[in-house]
Amino acid sequence: MYVAVKGGERAIENAHRLLAHERRGDRDVPEVSLAQISEQLSLGVDRVMTEGSLYDRELAALAIKQARGDMIEAIFLVRAFRATLPRFGATESVDTGAMQVRRRISSTFKDIPGGQILGPTFDYTHRLLDPQLAEGFAPEQPMTGEASMAATPRVTDILGRDGLIEPSPEAEADSIVGDLTREPLSFPADRDLRLQNLARADEGFLLALGYSSQRGYGRNHPFTGEIRFGEVEVEFMAEDAGFAVPLGAITLTECQMVNQFKGSATEAPCFTRGYGLAFGQSERKTMSMALVDRSLRARELGEEVVAPAQDEEFVMSHSDNVQATGFVEHLKLPHYVDFQSELGLLRKLRKEFAEAAEVPLMQEAAE
Amino acid sequence: MNAPAYNFAYLDEQTKRMIRRAILKAIAIPGYQVPFASREMPMPYGWGTGGVQVTAAILGPQDVLKVIDQGSDDTTNAISIRKFFGKTAGVATTTATNDATVIQTRHRIPEAPLHGGQILVYQVPIPEPLRFLEPRETETRRMHALGEYGLMHVKLYEDIARFGHIATSYAYPVKVNARYVMDPSPTPKFDNPKMDNCPALQLFGAGREKRIYAIPPHTSVVSLDFEDHPFTRYRFDAPCALCGAGDSYLDEIVTDDKGGRMFVCSDTDYCEGRQSAGHRGSESAVPHKERAHG
Repeated sequence: MYVAVKGGERAIENAHRLLAHERRGDRDVPEVSLAQISEQLSLGVDRVMTEGSLYDRELAALAIKQARGDMIEAIFLVRAFRATLPRFGATESVDTGAMQVRRRISSTFKDIPGGQILGPTFDYTHRLLDPQLAEGFAPEQPMTGEASMAATPRVTDILGRDGLIEPSPEAEADSIVGDLTREPLSFPADRDLRLQNLARADEGFLLALGYSSQRGYGRNHPFTGEIRFGEVEVEFMAEDAGFAVPLGAITLTECQMVNQFKGSATEAPCFTRGYGLAFGQSERKTMSMALVDRSLRARELGEEVVAPAQDEEFVMSHSDNVQATGFVEHLKLPHYVDFQSELGLLRKLRKEFAEAAEVPLMQEAAE
Repeated sequence: MNAPAYNFAYLDEQTKRMIRRAILKAIAIPGYQVPFASREMPMPYGWGTGGVQVTAAILGPQDVLKVIDQGSDDTTNAISIRKFFGKTAGVATTTATNDATVIQTRHRIPEAPLHGGQILVYQVPIPEPLRFLEPRETETRRMHALGEYGLMHVKLYEDIARFGHIATSYAYPVKVNARYVMDPSPTPKFDNPKMDNCPALQLFGAGREKRIYAIPPHTSVVSLDFEDHPFTRYRFDAPCALCGAGDSYLDEIVTDDKGGRMFVCSDTDYCEGRQSAGHRGSESAVPHKERAHG
C-alpha cells in the first residue's frame, strides 16, 4: 500500500526552527552583536551594503548575522528589503574630489598634490596568522598628526588639465540617471546603467573578468591613476527650500583607472578611463569594476569586441549574484514532472535503438 | 532601525500598477514577451518570483488562490508560496482547481478543465524559446520581430534526423495566435494541448529575466511540428495506481532498490477528487492528509 508523500508544511516549519537553532550555535558562547559585526567585520558589512545597494550599516550587519555569514544570502536579504522602499528622488552628484580622504594612493605619480596617504590597508602586511588576535588583544593607538588643509585633487583631473586623458563625460543638467531596479534593462545599455550594474555586481565575478582582461582577453593596459577612500557629503535638492540640503556623509572607495590611449586622424591621442565606486572600503571591488567598465567601453571607443569582459550582454546578464545564485540553486527544487517526461523519451529512444540493433540486416534490406 | 511594513499582497501599489500595465500589454499582444521592472522578492530567483509578482499584482481580497508545483498542492514550494499570500494578502486558499479564481503553477497545467473567469499564472525560468539556439537577447528580439523562426524548425528537424523524434519533452515550443513562438514554461508537452482555446486567461511571469507574457482566453496555441512528424503527447501507459485514471499525467515513484516502480497522478487534487468519488487503483489507500490548509 502506498501513501503519497505529504507534510511539507510541517517540514518547512521545523526546518526554519532548526535553522534558527543552528544559526545561534552553541548557546554557551555569547551571541554576536550587530555592533560587533559592524565594527569588527566592517569590510564584510561594506560589501553587503555595496552589492545590496543600500547604505545602512546596521541593516547590513543584521543581514550578515541572519545569513550566518553567507555574504550572498546577506546581500539578498538587503536587496529584498530595498525593493520595498519608496523613492523620494536622486541626490546631487557627490563630489569625490572634496572627499575627507582616509587613504589615497596613485600608482602613476611618485608624489601628488595632497600627498600619498597609505591609511588602513592590508597591502604591506605579511600574511602570517597572528595568534595574539585570538583573544583579548588591545592594539596600540594609531599615530596621529596635524590635519592637512591641502586640497587633494583627483589625479585624473591633473592629467585632464593637460588634455592627456579624455574628459569625463558631463551629464546633461536635466537628464535622469538610469535605474535598472526600476526600469527593465535593454541592450545596448548606456554607461550609467552599466556602472550601476557593475556596482551591484558580484565582487568575485568582476575580479575574474578584470583579471582575464589583464591576462590578454581584451587587454586594455591599465594603470591605477588613483584609489581614494574616505567620507563625502551627500546632498539632496529640496524643491520646497530651493537649495540642496545636506543629508549626511557616507564612506566611499573610488578607483580611477588610466588606460591605453586612443586617437584618430582628427583627435590627438589621450588616455582613456575606467571607473569604479563602492560603499565603504572596497578596493578589490572598485579596481575590478574599473577594469571591467573600461573593457565594456569597447564599442564606444571603436575597439573590436573579442573577449568576455568586453561583451556587455554577457557581463551584465551574469554579474548579479542574487540572480545567479537563485537560478543555480533552483535546480534543487523538484523537477520530477519534466524528468519523467525526459525519462519517457529516453526509454522510447533506447527501445528503438535496441530493436534496430537486433535486426540490423532486415533494416538494411528494407532500405 | 528601519522596521519594514508591507502592503496588501506584499508589493506596493506603484509596483502593482507597473506590473498590471505590462500584463495588459501582454494580453494585447498574445505570446509577446513584455519587459517589466521585476522587483527583488523575498524568495530567491528561480523559486517563482515572476509568478509571485504577477499573482500579487492581480490578486484582490475576494480571490481564491490555489498554488501547485509539479501538479501538487503539497510540494514544499507550493506550500511556501500559498502561505506567503495567505499571510501578506489574507486571501482564501484552496486546493480544488474548480474553486480557485487564481491558480499559480510551476511545471503543470491542472487536469481538470479550466473555466472562464479563472487565471492561470505560470512561473517561468527562461521565457525566451529561442534562447538555447541564440544566447543574445538583442538577436532573439529581432528574430521575434521579423517572425524569423527558421532556426527553431531546423532544431526540431535535427532532432528527428538524429533521434527519429523531436527530442523536446518539456518546455515544448508553441505558436500563439499564429504569430509569436512562445515557451510554455517547463510543463511536460503532455500539457500543451490544454493551452489551446482555453477559456481561462493564462499569464506567464519570469522574474529574473524580467518578462511577462500572456495567452488571452480562447486563443489558438499550436505546438510546433511537421506534417510527417506531428506533435504527440507523452504519458506513461498505465492507469494511476491510486485512482485508476487513464488520462492523467503520472509521476513515477521508485518503491524499492530492485526496480520497483509505481505510477500515480501528478495532479494531487485531480487524484484525490477521483478517489473520493469512489475510483480506485491497484495501490489505493485513504489519502493521508497532514492538516487542512489555512
